[in-house]
Amino acid sequence: MSDPSPVRTATFAYRLRRFLGSLIPHLVLAGYSIFALFPIFMILINSFKTRKAIFGAPFELPNTQTFSLIGYETVTKRANFAQYFINSTVVTVGALLLILMIGAMAAYALSEYRFPGNTLLGLYLSIGIMIPIRLGTVGILRLMVGLNLVNTLAGLILVYIAQGLPLTIFILSQFMRQVPRELKDAARIDGASEYRIFLLVLPLVRPALGAIGIFTMIPIWNDLWFPLIISPSAKTATITLGVQQFLGQFVSDWNAVLSSLTLAMVPILIFYVIFSGQMIRSITAGAIK
Amino acid sequence: MNQAIRHKKVFPWHIVVFLAPAVMIYSVFMVFPLLDSLRLSFFGFTPDNKEFFVGFQNYVKLFTDSTYAPRFWGALRNNFVFFAIHMLVQNPIGLLLAALLASGGRGRNFYRTILFMPTVLSVVIIGFIWQLILNPLWGVTEGLMKLVGLGALFKPWLGLPQSALIAVSLISVWQFVGIPMILFYAALIGIPEELIEAATVDGASRWHSFWHIKFPLILPTVGIVAILTFVGNFNAFDLIYTMKGANAGPEFSTDIMGTLFYRTFFGQQLQLGNPAMGATVAAMMFLIILTGVLIYMFFWQRRITTYEL
Repeated sequence: MSDPSPVRTATFAYRLRRFLGSLIPHLVLAGYSIFALFPIFMILINSFKTRKAIFGAPFELPNTQTFSLIGYETVTKRANFAQYFINSTVVTVGALLLILMIGAMAAYALSEYRFPGNTLLGLYLSIGIMIPIRLGTVGILRLMVGLNLVNTLAGLILVYIAQGLPLTIFILSQFMRQVPRELKDAARIDGASEYRIFLLVLPLVRPALGAIGIFTMIPIWNDLWFPLIISPSAKTATITLGVQQFLGQFVSDWNAVLSSLTLAMVPILIFYVIFSGQMIRSITAGAIK
Repeated sequence: MNQAIRHKKVFPWHIVVFLAPAVMIYSVFMVFPLLDSLRLSFFGFTPDNKEFFVGFQNYVKLFTDSTYAPRFWGALRNNFVFFAIHMLVQNPIGLLLAALLASGGRGRNFYRTILFMPTVLSVVIIGFIWQLILNPLWGVTEGLMKLVGLGALFKPWLGLPQSALIAVSLISVWQFVGIPMILFYAALIGIPEELIEAATVDGASRWHSFWHIKFPLILPTVGIVAILTFVGNFNAFDLIYTMKGANAGPEFSTDIMGTLFYRTFFGQQLQLGNPAMGATVAAMMFLIILTGVLIYMFFWQRRITTYEL
């Protein structure tokens, strides 16, 4: 108690350990962040440079001498990016709205009513969570041919609805179970129809709807497989397929390749930066387990 | 009372209305095509496109025929390598990053946002980006390696049959590390602070309390990450198609089940597409994924203890 020196060394060692303990995680995280951003950054900066500068000084930012928009000019002239972008938006937004609406209705029925076969139906609908829809591609293409839906956006939307429904129903029915029964019964006593009560419950699960929305959207927007197989025509190509085909043709035109990659990345990155907080919060809050 | 009785007798049409759209779309566009596809794996087609039953012949052909068998076994082997690399590299890195993020401290939200960024981009974009970054013509990677004195070790990894599969797998790891990271992170921050404090008071080091307290508590998430990786890997296609084309070169060294399925179904330069054989490859993918899911459900989920936190 009287001798202060061991205490002082102990606090020093403690402080050193604490300092290293907070420094090392920072270094690792910062290092990995650079590794995650570097390739994206390289594409972005080089897309604004002349061909000579792309190869001569790849690590430098564009300056007055090396700045060039030639790649973007080629892309706007040669590729129908505006059309691809509209197609992707129509497919993604269309599928998303229908998934949320149809999925919420089914989730409500499964969580609210007791009827014979309820559990079995729930199980049937959740098979698609683990079994990827791509495995049925041969059957899907045959069906699309039969229904005359090849090379239509409607065909794509229907497939994406089927792909998105299982997880949506599974998660939403868990959330809907948590809505207090008294609330619904009070509405029933007031003479509200079952459809009205559903519309009453819907806003209460809005956070879950938002999280599911974001997580359903990204794979649809990014998908290459189904656009390639059921709607590969120039008129119905989505941005992912359009970029893939454009890049295949212009492999040797580095300006065009870098510019088209940048154009394809930027909308998703902006969307992500805006919604990343909500997105990550929704997983960490247990919305998606 | 009277009303309640009357209520019971009325057929609950609203339930049907709520369920019908989902059940119909899901059945028509997912379940039916999947079953149809499995059925087709037992059929052949006449030249005028009529189906006829062939039993297990397609499977025998896939396993033994000299044009199909080497490709099938090769793709299966490559797919297991692809999966192993994800399990050994992606998931441990994801766990490490998650543990560092969950340890608190300044700038964690910022790091979290950055680290998850590649995951939201399309595989097509990622594939091309890395093709450019690793391209010897551009020399970005070689330049960086020279900077740290490793220039001599640079090779055009994507073009060499010995290294192409590993390179492609690592690119996929680079992109998708965000998924295990965020799932582990969510599980780790769900552990009550008191548990760790109690251990720290008892003299447990951070290392010790991570492996002996936190890790056992997040075992359910370890299982989820493993099965998601398995299903995702045996269903992968986009990255290899983007970087290496349908032929998954060089010399089929990056061929996995997804690219084999695409080639068999749609054909390639010399070979015509074959829906029945395509369906057979898809059926094998279905069996593999189903086996994985069943192992997860009946062995992993039953064996481990889940703690209510």
